[in-house]
Amino acid sequence: MVNLRSSKISYRIWKVWRRNLDTFMKTWKVNFIPPFLEPVLYLLALGLGVGSFITQVDGVSYARFIGPALIAIAVMNASFFECTYSSYVRMYYQKTFDAMIATPLSIEEVIAGELLWGATRGLIYATIMLPVLIIFGLIDLPISILALPISFLAGVMFACIGMCFTAITPGIDALSYPSFLFITPMFLFSGTFFPLTLLPPTLQYLALIFLPLTHVVRPIRALTLNHLDNSILISIGWVLIVTTALFYLSLRLMKKRLIV
Amino acid sequence: MAVQGINFEVLEGEAFGFLGPNGAGKTTTMRMIQCVSPKTSGSLKVFGMDVDTNPREIKQLIGVVPQENNLDLDFTTNENLIRYATYFDIPQHEAIERAEELLKFMQLTEKSNVPIDKLSGGMKRRLILARALINNPRLLILDEPTTGLDPQARHLIWEKLRGLLVVGNTIVLTTHYMDEAAQLCDRIVVMDQGKILVTGKPDQLVREYTGNHIVEAEKNEDVISCLDKYSIPYDITGKKVQIFTQDPKEITRMLLDECAIGHVSARQTTLEDVFLKLTGRTLRD
Repeated sequence: MVNLRSSKISYRIWKVWRRNLDTFMKTWKVNFIPPFLEPVLYLLALGLGVGSFITQVDGVSYARFIGPALIAIAVMNASFFECTYSSYVRMYYQKTFDAMIATPLSIEEVIAGELLWGATRGLIYATIMLPVLIIFGLIDLPISILALPISFLAGVMFACIGMCFTAITPGIDALSYPSFLFITPMFLFSGTFFPLTLLPPTLQYLALIFLPLTHVVRPIRALTLNHLDNSILISIGWVLIVTTALFYLSLRLMKKRLIV
Repeated sequence: MAVQGINFEVLEGEAFGFLGPNGAGKTTTMRMIQCVSPKTSGSLKVFGMDVDTNPREIKQLIGVVPQENNLDLDFTTNENLIRYATYFDIPQHEAIERAEELLKFMQLTEKSNVPIDKLSGGMKRRLILARALINNPRLLILDEPTTGLDPQARHLIWEKLRGLLVVGNTIVLTTHYMDEAAQLCDRIVVMDQGKILVTGKPDQLVREYTGNHIVEAEKNEDVISCLDKYSIPYDITGKKVQIFTQDPKEITRMLLDECAIGHVSARQTTLEDVFLKLTGRTLRD
């Protein structure tokens, strides 16, 4: 059973986090390009291109509608892929985790540090995208700044989801399955590029239950468009509960994988 | 289950070796000592502390050279040491000093700013040993420290390890090399299939199990019937007959005179003979 007494998880998780941050900063130029370029490309193609056929979605322009979804998607991709492919490489090929647990660091700290870093990467991406959306004049200020803490929380959730797959995957190639069977549908059907209400009710419910991204897009969109209602709290509550459960699950699965 | 009912005690300041074929349970034992692999039953104490309840305190006092290199490929030689020091809560300035000393000690100073994948196998191994020393450990755990190294690199590592023993370090190591065990270890255990077969000082085990000398002759019916006639115990290995003895002169004389055998050789037995006698000659993997 995963034990979260202070003796198992301590300030040492920041050492693991710091290791990954330092690696990230070694190649910061190439790492900062995607979150900057991605929203620009999507907004040009979908906002200007596709958007020219659409007068309004839910009372706003199409570009304003997809802007917040682009943040949510970027966070999902950054955190999920960091804790799948990148964590897998560190765990299996580079044996970084083995080296760390030979020191006073515990396995729980190594995994929690990885998750924290995965979430941070999502937050970094959201932080870079926000000014781009501001320049395009697509989001309301200052309320949109609150999208950042939500992005971090979402980052923890997607990092935990990724880590669960990393813990059970038989090899690095098999990580493609969750990528295209889970992440791609989520990218398309979470109220990202069209309102969920256009789907048949059954599919709407399925999306709300099984696609975590819907609960990230909703609050971020509500904030950037300054359309606040109770659904924000419901979604944040949903994310909190699911994240807590997945955090324990990912620690447990990784312990099972690593302790032999 | 990787190991079962093993029992051993390592004294402070000694070099203690675990010998055994692949799959004997050596690495599992090492991983249990370093508080990584769990044990299902029994008790294991390191410096009087229980591995289940005080893993952090124990890990603070030990340095580990793992069987597989796990240097951090994203950082340089020097960065590897300094970063590893932070995992032990060693302050930055002290870590920098210590890294410099250790690189000098392991003759890696000129490779200080080189990425890991530009190092040779021997250099990587030396760097791993340097890394294992970053926290001034009281106990060093070395899992096959010199496997795959050239003789120069092996001897350098042995020399450094002997230096560490002189200043009071305790070393626990696993090895496939009998000369490594004979060179370094005060006491050894031979393991096979998860169990400890024997424990003792290397030379004492050689005396006890192989009688110090070995006489070898070509295997043929004449030799065997002759040995049987004088009821001398022997082993057959491949094309040879081996006779372990305390008195090689007498056996050699007898084989030459009584059995009229042309080619006989005698030599001192080594730990390798003990090892093969105890664990057999079958390949393990």
